[in-house]
Amino acid sequence: MKTLAKKSAIWLAYLGVLLGLPLLFDSILAITIFNQMAIAIIFALSYNMLLGQGGMLSFGHAVYFGLGGFMAVHTLVMIEYETVYFSIIYIPLIGGLIGLLAAVFIGSFSTHKAGTVFAMISLGIGELVAASSLIFVSFFGGEAGVNADRTYGPAFFGIEFFQDSEIYYLGAAWVFIATLFMYLFTQTPAGRMANAVRDNPERAEFIGYSARRVRFISFCAAGFFAGIAGGLFALNYEFITEENLNAVTSGRVLLMAYIGGLGYFIGPIIGAVILTLMNSLLSNYTELWMLYLGIMFVLTVLFLPRGFAGFIMMHRTAWIRGKLGSLLLPYLITGLPALVFAIAGVAMIEMLHHEGEVFHFLGIPLESANLSHWLMCTVLAAIAYLGCKRSLPQLREAWESANAIDEAGEEREAS
Amino acid sequence: MLEVFIFSTLNGLVTGLLLFMLASGLTLIFSMMGVLNFAHASFYMLGAYFAYSISLHLGFWMGLIFAPLIVGILGAVVERFALRRVHAHGHVAELVFTFGLAFLIEEAVQFFWGPDTKNYQSPDILDFPLFTLFGQEFSAYRGFMIAISVGIFIGLYYVLTRSRIGIIIQAAITHPHTVANLGHNVPFIFMGVFGVGTALAGVAGVIAGPVLTTFPGMAVVLGSIVFVIVVIGGLGSLGGAFIASLLIGLLQSYAIASNVGMPDLLNLVGLEFSRDHPLTDLWTLTLPQIAPILPFLLLVLVLIFRPTGIAGKREQ
Amino acid sequence: MSMLSLQNVSKQFGETRIIRDVSLDIEPGERHAIIGPNGAGKSTLFHLISGKYQPTAGKILFRDNEIQGKTPFAIARLGLARSFQVTNIFPRLSVFENIRCGLLWKEGFGYSFWHLLGRQKELNDKALALLVEIGLADRAEFPAGELAYAQQRALELGIAIASGAELIMLDEPVAGMSHSEAENAVALIRKITEGKTLVMVEHDMNIVFDVADRISVLVYGEIIASDTPAAIRANPRVQEAYLGEVPEAATDTSSGQNPEGVDGA
Repeated sequence: MKTLAKKSAIWLAYLGVLLGLPLLFDSILAITIFNQMAIAIIFALSYNMLLGQGGMLSFGHAVYFGLGGFMAVHTLVMIEYETVYFSIIYIPLIGGLIGLLAAVFIGSFSTHKAGTVFAMISLGIGELVAASSLIFVSFFGGEAGVNADRTYGPAFFGIEFFQDSEIYYLGAAWVFIATLFMYLFTQTPAGRMANAVRDNPERAEFIGYSARRVRFISFCAAGFFAGIAGGLFALNYEFITEENLNAVTSGRVLLMAYIGGLGYFIGPIIGAVILTLMNSLLSNYTELWMLYLGIMFVLTVLFLPRGFAGFIMMHRTAWIRGKLGSLLLPYLITGLPALVFAIAGVAMIEMLHHEGEVFHFLGIPLESANLSHWLMCTVLAAIAYLGCKRSLPQLREAWESANAIDEAGEEREAS
Repeated sequence: MLEVFIFSTLNGLVTGLLLFMLASGLTLIFSMMGVLNFAHASFYMLGAYFAYSISLHLGFWMGLIFAPLIVGILGAVVERFALRRVHAHGHVAELVFTFGLAFLIEEAVQFFWGPDTKNYQSPDILDFPLFTLFGQEFSAYRGFMIAISVGIFIGLYYVLTRSRIGIIIQAAITHPHTVANLGHNVPFIFMGVFGVGTALAGVAGVIAGPVLTTFPGMAVVLGSIVFVIVVIGGLGSLGGAFIASLLIGLLQSYAIASNVGMPDLLNLVGLEFSRDHPLTDLWTLTLPQIAPILPFLLLVLVLIFRPTGIAGKREQ
Repeated sequence: MSMLSLQNVSKQFGETRIIRDVSLDIEPGERHAIIGPNGAGKSTLFHLISGKYQPTAGKILFRDNEIQGKTPFAIARLGLARSFQVTNIFPRLSVFENIRCGLLWKEGFGYSFWHLLGRQKELNDKALALLVEIGLADRAEFPAGELAYAQQRALELGIAIASGAELIMLDEPVAGMSHSEAENAVALIRKITEGKTLVMVEHDMNIVFDVADRISVLVYGEIIASDTPAAIRANPRVQEAYLGEVPEAATDTSSGQNPEGVDGA
C-alpha cells in the first residue's frame, strides 16, 4: 500500500502540471486545446465511474453533460439579466446539480440491471432526450442551440474571464477538484462496493448490499460529474447545442474512456488527452482524422483490451524486476517496422483521398496518378509487414523472459 | 381519411418489413453470440453503397445479387478475425467493438464514397404505379419491396425449421457444445450465421437505398430503431422481432400521417394556452413531431416494465 | 428458539416440484449437513433460504423472523451468510478488498461515500486478522481471480464469515479439491465456524459424518430423515434411498484432482 506522502506527491505533481501547462505552451491554440482537455478529462472520468468501476455500459452519458451544460448557459443568461447574482466560477456546480438531478430521476429505474438491459435503456434515454431537445425549442434552442456571455456577474478577485487563459485556470481548478473527489469516491465503501457489484452482483447481495442501490449511487455520482463537465463546457464556449447531448457525444466519451483504459483511474485521463490532441492537432493535417480515430479505436479494442493505461501497467512486473531495459531493443526491432507499415498505409489512404492532385505527406510530394508512388508505398508496407512478423517471436520471447513468474497470472487476468 | 389510413398502413408495412429484414439478422446473431451487434445497420448501409456502385456499371439487378454477397462475406470475415478474438474479453468488449466498427464503417463509407447523398435509383422497369387509390399512386417499387421481403422470410423460415442445416443451426445456438460433440464445426456455423445475418442486412440496404436515400448517415438513422425492435420484441425471439418491426413501422407511419397534436387535445378538454407561455413547445406538440421519438419511448417503457420484451425468455 | 426453521416449504418451477413440503429445525450452535443424491434439490433449498428464490408455499423463519420473500441482501443483513457451489468471489478485487467488502455492512458503513476506507484502522485490522485466519495473509494484494482454486474457496469462506453471521451455509465447500486440500478446508471450516451455526451441503460422506452433529437426507425434494449421524447410518430408508451410492460418490469427490492442484496451504 502506498503511503500518504507518496500519494500526496502524485496529486501535487498533477496540480503542478495543470498549473504549469500554460506557462510552457502559451499560444492561443494551446490554451484552447487545454480547455477542451479539461472538459474531456472530467467527462471521461465520470464515464469511467459507470463503465470501468461500476460495470454499466452507457450509450447515453452525454445526456447529463448536455443537460448540465444547457442549464449552465441559461444560468449565465440569468446572470446577464441579473435575475440571479453570483460569480460565474460556480457555474460548473450548477451544471453538476442538474446532471445529478437528471441522474437521480433516470437512475431510479435504469440501474435495476446492468449488462445489455442497462445499455439499451441508456441508448433509449439518450435518443429520447436528443430528439426531445429538437422539439422543445424554447429551452434547447433547436439546431442553433443557446448562447450566453460569461463576462457578466461579479468579478472573482478582479478576474472577469474575458480571456481564454483565465477560463483555463478556472477549468484547471475544477478539473483538480473533480478528479480528486472522483478518486476519493473510489476509496469509499460506496465506491468499493461499485467494483464488487461490477465483478459479481449476486455475491454482493449476499453480503448485505443491494446491487441496484450500489449502482444507483455510482450512477448519480457519474451524472453529477458529467454535469460539471457540461457546465465547464458552457463557460468555455459560451454556447451549447443539441449536439452536446446526443449520441455522438455519448459515443466520444465511450471512446475516450476505452482507449485510455477502463480498469485504471488514470486511464480516462490518458484517453481524454489523446483524443483531444487528435481532435485538434490531427484535424489540422488531414480531413481523415475521424477515419484514423475509428481505426485506432477498433485496433485498441482488438489488441489492447485494457487501453493505453493497461498497456503501460503491463510493464509493471518487468519494471519492478528491473528488466524493462531488456524489452527496449525487441520493442524497437518490432516497433519500427510497425511504424513504417502504418505510415505506408496512411500514405496510401491519403493518396486515395487526394485523387488527382499532388499533396505533401511528411514532406514528400505524392500523387495518386503516379503509379511509382503506389508501388513504393506497397513495397515499403510489404517489407515492413515482413519485418514486423519476423521479429514478433523475438519480442514475445523477450516479454516472457522479463515476466517469467507472473506470466500465468497475466494471461488469466487478460481473459 | 380512409385513403390516409390505407396509405399509411401500406407505407408502415413497407417500413416494418424492411426493419424486420434487419431485425431478423440481428436477432439470429444475438441468439448465437449473446451480444447485440451495433454495426448491424452499418452492413445495411454497405449493402446500399455496394449496390449503388454496382448498379452504375451493371444495373440494379446485379447489385441486388452481388452487394448482399459482398456484405455477407465481409460480415463473415469480421466474425472470424475480429469478433471471435474480442469474445474472450467478455460481452462489454464485444458490444464496444461493434460500436467501434459502426463508427469505422461510417467513416470508411465517407472516405470511399464521399459525404454527399448518392443518386441511387430504383430500376426503370419498376418505375410505374402499381395501383391508384383515391387519386394517389402506390409505386410498383414499394410493392416489389414487400414481395422481396416476404419472399426472403418464407425462405428463411423454411430453411430454419424444415431443413437439416436449419435444425443444426438452431441446435448450435442453444447447445453449442453438444452440437460440436456431434462432429459439427460450430465456429464455422457461427461464422456462417453471422455472414447470412449481415447479408440479409445487405439486401435490406440494396432495396431500401433508392427509397430512403443513400447517404453516410443512413445506418445511424435506422440502426438505433432496429435495436429498439429487437429489444422490444424480446432479445433472441424472431417472432417477437417480427411483431415489433410491424408495430414500429405502422406506429411511425400513422404518427407522421396523423394531424393531431396537443392543441386538439387541449381544445377537446376546453383548455387554451397563450403562445407566450414558457412551456409553449409542450402545448403545441403534434404527433408527427414526436414520431421519431416514439420507438425510444416505447423502448424505455418496455425495458422498465417488461425487460424481457414481447416474446423474450432470455434475461441477463 | 431455533436458529433456522423451515415450515412446510415447497418450490415449484412450472409444473416441476423441486422442493416438496420440507420442514426442518436447526438449533443454535448445531452443525447440520444436508445430503442427498444429485438433483435432490439441495442447492435449491439453499437458494430458498438465502433469498435467491422465493418459496411457492411455506414459511422460513430465521431467529423467529419470517424471511421468505425477502431479498438476499435483507436476509444477509439479518446475519445469514452463505457460500456457493461454484466459486463466487470478486475476481478483480484484491484478496484483501474481498474480505473488507464482506465486513463493510456489519461494521456499519452502509452505502457511505464520505468514509475513506484507508482511514478505517479498525476495519482494516479486522480484515487483516481474518486474512491471517484463513491463511491468505501473504496473498492480500493479489487479484482474487488469480488465486489457486483451493485458495479461492478459502477466500469465499472468509467473505461468508466476515459479515459476522450467526448462521453460515456452505454449499459443497470441498467439491473439486484434492484429498489434502479438502482436509485443510475442513480444518478451516471447523476453526472459523466455532460457536456458530453451520448448515452445509456436501457429497463427501467422510467429511459429512466427521463434521456434522445432525444430518438431513433430501431425496426428490423431500426430507426422508433428519437425525444424528449414527441414527442416519442405521436408518433403513436412508440406506435404501441413498447410502447405496455412498462409496461411489465418496471416491468421486475425494479423488477428483483439481487441475490447478496447488496445495492450499
